[in-house]
Amino acid sequence: MSAVTSLRKAAAPPEPDAKPGLLSTRRGRKGLAIVVLAAVFIPLAIALGGSGSWPNDLTVDVRTPLDDSYQWVADNRDSNPVFTYFLLHLANNSTSAVDGVLSFLELLGWPGSIALFTAIAYFAAGSARKGAKVAGIALFAFGVCGLLDMWEPAMETMALMTVAVAVSAVVGLLLGLASGLSDRWETILRPVFDTMQIMPAYAYLLPCVLIFDIGSPAVLLATVIYAAPPMARLTALGLRAADPAAMEASASLGASRMQRLRTARLPLARKEMMLGLNQTIMMALSMVVIGSVVGAAGLGDEVFKGLARVDVGQAAVPGICIVLIAIWLDRTTAAAGERLDEATGGGGPSWLPPAVIAAVTVAGAVLAGALGKKEWPEGWTVDLTGPIRDAVEWFTDNLGAGVPVLGGTQTWSEGFTDWVLNPLRDGLQSSPWWLLVLLAAALGLLVGTWHSALVAALAMSGIGVLGLWSKTLDTLSQVLGGIALTLVLGFAIGILVARSERVERLVRPVLDALQTLPQFIYLIPVAALFGAVRTAAIFAAVAYALPAVIRITAQGIKQVDPAAVEASRSLGASTFQQLRQVQLPLARPALLLAVNQGIVLVLAVVVIGGLIGGGALGYDVVYGLQKSEFGIGLGAGVAIVLLGLVLDRVTQPTVLKQRKNS
Amino acid sequence: MITYKRTTTALAISAVSLLALSACGKAETGGGGGSADSVTITVPSWVGAEANAEVAKYLLENELDVKNVKTQQMTETVAFDALNTGKADAILEDWGGVPKKVTQYVDKKKTVVRGGDLGVTGHIGWFVPKYFAEEHPDVLDWKNLDKYADQLKTSETGDKGQILEGDPSYTTYDDAIIKNLGLNFKTHYVGSEAGQITEIAKNVKAKKPFLTYWWEPQWMNEEWGLKEVKLPPYKEGCQDDEKAVKCGYPDTPLQKYLNADFAKDGGKAAEFLKNFKWTNEQQNEVAVMIAKDKMKPEDAAEKWVKANKSTWEKWIPKD
Repeated sequence: MSAVTSLRKAAAPPEPDAKPGLLSTRRGRKGLAIVVLAAVFIPLAIALGGSGSWPNDLTVDVRTPLDDSYQWVADNRDSNPVFTYFLLHLANNSTSAVDGVLSFLELLGWPGSIALFTAIAYFAAGSARKGAKVAGIALFAFGVCGLLDMWEPAMETMALMTVAVAVSAVVGLLLGLASGLSDRWETILRPVFDTMQIMPAYAYLLPCVLIFDIGSPAVLLATVIYAAPPMARLTALGLRAADPAAMEASASLGASRMQRLRTARLPLARKEMMLGLNQTIMMALSMVVIGSVVGAAGLGDEVFKGLARVDVGQAAVPGICIVLIAIWLDRTTAAAGERLDEATGGGGPSWLPPAVIAAVTVAGAVLAGALGKKEWPEGWTVDLTGPIRDAVEWFTDNLGAGVPVLGGTQTWSEGFTDWVLNPLRDGLQSSPWWLLVLLAAALGLLVGTWHSALVAALAMSGIGVLGLWSKTLDTLSQVLGGIALTLVLGFAIGILVARSERVERLVRPVLDALQTLPQFIYLIPVAALFGAVRTAAIFAAVAYALPAVIRITAQGIKQVDPAAVEASRSLGASTFQQLRQVQLPLARPALLLAVNQGIVLVLAVVVIGGLIGGGALGYDVVYGLQKSEFGIGLGAGVAIVLLGLVLDRVTQPTVLKQRKNS
Repeated sequence: MITYKRTTTALAISAVSLLALSACGKAETGGGGGSADSVTITVPSWVGAEANAEVAKYLLENELDVKNVKTQQMTETVAFDALNTGKADAILEDWGGVPKKVTQYVDKKKTVVRGGDLGVTGHIGWFVPKYFAEEHPDVLDWKNLDKYADQLKTSETGDKGQILEGDPSYTTYDDAIIKNLGLNFKTHYVGSEAGQITEIAKNVKAKKPFLTYWWEPQWMNEEWGLKEVKLPPYKEGCQDDEKAVKCGYPDTPLQKYLNADFAKDGGKAAEFLKNFKWTNEQQNEVAVMIAKDKMKPEDAAEKWVKANKSTWEKWIPKD
């Protein structure tokens, strides 16, 4: 998706400016520091808890207080004034908001709704040819939803999305203002945003339900938690990146702080904010399916019904609609963002677009009313569930086993478990706990600063304190396997995509679909291909994380200065030499970002892994939700966040620098 | 510093105004519970439960003239929360998977009331495929299981035999049973029924031996032909201490639950749902139509209702 890639660009860390000589001496100093640290720490650790797994004395029971507070809310929900006078109002209002949007869409009928969505797309993309293209996407997306007999659920999803995105955007904007205008707020909010994004939604759905009731209110709360951070982050980024000269100019003209914010800083940050909105929309859409676990209607509910019957075809059809709606929303907001670059003022008067949108919509609605057909006509549908089911079945039957020479996915799966996963897990689990804490600190120090070393070591210890040491190491072994596979495949395909336009055109729609298809849909085919085992969980993670890694890699390599490549070619470097000695080193920041995104995305699918035999933390989170064991679910969620923190700190060298620069 | 203060103030003001806006009165805590012209039935994620809900829905709409019957998919624990607040009115099939919620809402708060037996009896146990049992008939007794541990091991369980486990919300004491019976086996948690079914179907197709935690009634049982492995028989109280369990599972008469207001004021609709009672075979008939024959759930319900008038006639309350 175009906007996704430009986000990466915006967020790409700057090239570290250290000279090789300086780096080597600094490395030497760091090595010494690690040796000293080890000399102090190891005897201390052995005295404390000996070898092996995290000592029991050093764990703290977090489950009981969590369960107690959950119980307290359950008992006092109907009587405590905080709930009856505040939170429940919010819940009731959000339900009526979603219902309101839905009845509006129903009032328009299908022709009116399609006219509305198409017209919005047309004008958001700036009318003319570009607008026509995006409008075409809108028409196609909703037409297909209707054809596939998914019109009603699609409208339910649109109603929920409209409210969810509006609330997330407002919350994100407020948080972004706070963090963009004040350094102190930025320091406070940054880890909060990280947690909001890595913490699996499954872990906090329970309290959402308890506080906000089932259905749309709970989903809204969960969506805001998950989808507001990108809006906040990009708003803050935009505010901070405002051109100092422009700010100076507006200050010298005597503008007050508030005026400057309104007339200079916010308008200058418009582009980033638009990108933030785009990301917020995409993330909100990915919560739609999870939302149906707690009783939200719509396309997600249809996906779940298909899963309950273990029917891939039935789950895939609403999945296709979700992908199409996602592509429509992405292209529309991306086009609107690009338009901000162009000089404003061109085109017709500003009242024209809203007027035309309204007119077209009303015309559509009247047409529907006249025909007496507000619901999608029954005869106009195509049933794709059978063909999809057969295709997937053929695929899994024929690739599962008995492929000559290669052996089939089943054999690979077992081989991967026996030769990679099991040794890795057993190795990690049998290592003394202090060694792993020390390793985290040492790696943090090697690639980063003292600060990253400290954070990595503390996060690692935090996992032990939670009492989830060996389960987390099991998950870690899977995550490492997943990341390794993702990066190898991602870099390879990314390089191919960067070098050949034909490959790029071929791969792009596949990436779009993989990124927006609800992960629940590939649960069944992946389990059929690899068995309901850890490998299946890993491959689900790879499928999910791969698109982002490919995109960032390709983007990074493409952006390498053509002059540098040209120069190396004229010096007689072969294609491979150019790649290895010029393009890859110069694309280092992008590759690092790819690693970071790979980690975040693989971790995001740990919970899905818990549904197809991944076990460990992912299973705990699912268990917590299903069994109403809040303590277990949230505890495992926190461990996943801490694991993310460790992995981030030991792989991202420029975290601190990037912060200073931005 | 000034900007910092301003943002804080702005945030505080918006928070306060939001509070003020919503503080005009006490919120409605209940949903639409109690009214009889709309009924919401919760549907957990398995097909048998969908069969209950669809047949109940069809009869409510066509025989009792209830206009607005909704079926809503949600997990067991969330379903109890929904009954508590009145967002939903009925649970038609509960396996006793969340005893905590029953204590809290049924016994303590009395916002949810029992709706009687569904008539279907659930049974949990350990199962092996028919082809494996025919080849080795003695596998059907737990005492001989260890002999087969070697054939049942996978790369997930190392040198121990594997027992496949499914959705976390289904009651299982298998870890304790394995330990207390001293079996050379290990549980492997798939984490979802869909995943477990896919895994079993794959093994059946390849005629591979496997041992799985499973239950009746289930729409796939007929197709797969699973055989139960005999565990030490269940006795009253033998599962009370979760860590000391070394007996098999009891037969569970599946339960219905209703929102308390709905049960009281729901009139005929509520009475009908209390009367709703059918057998394992009848439920399975509808489930197979939905899941195997890929019929639309409402069509399957209609077909069953048309053919079984004598059964459901007894459920309809008399005037």
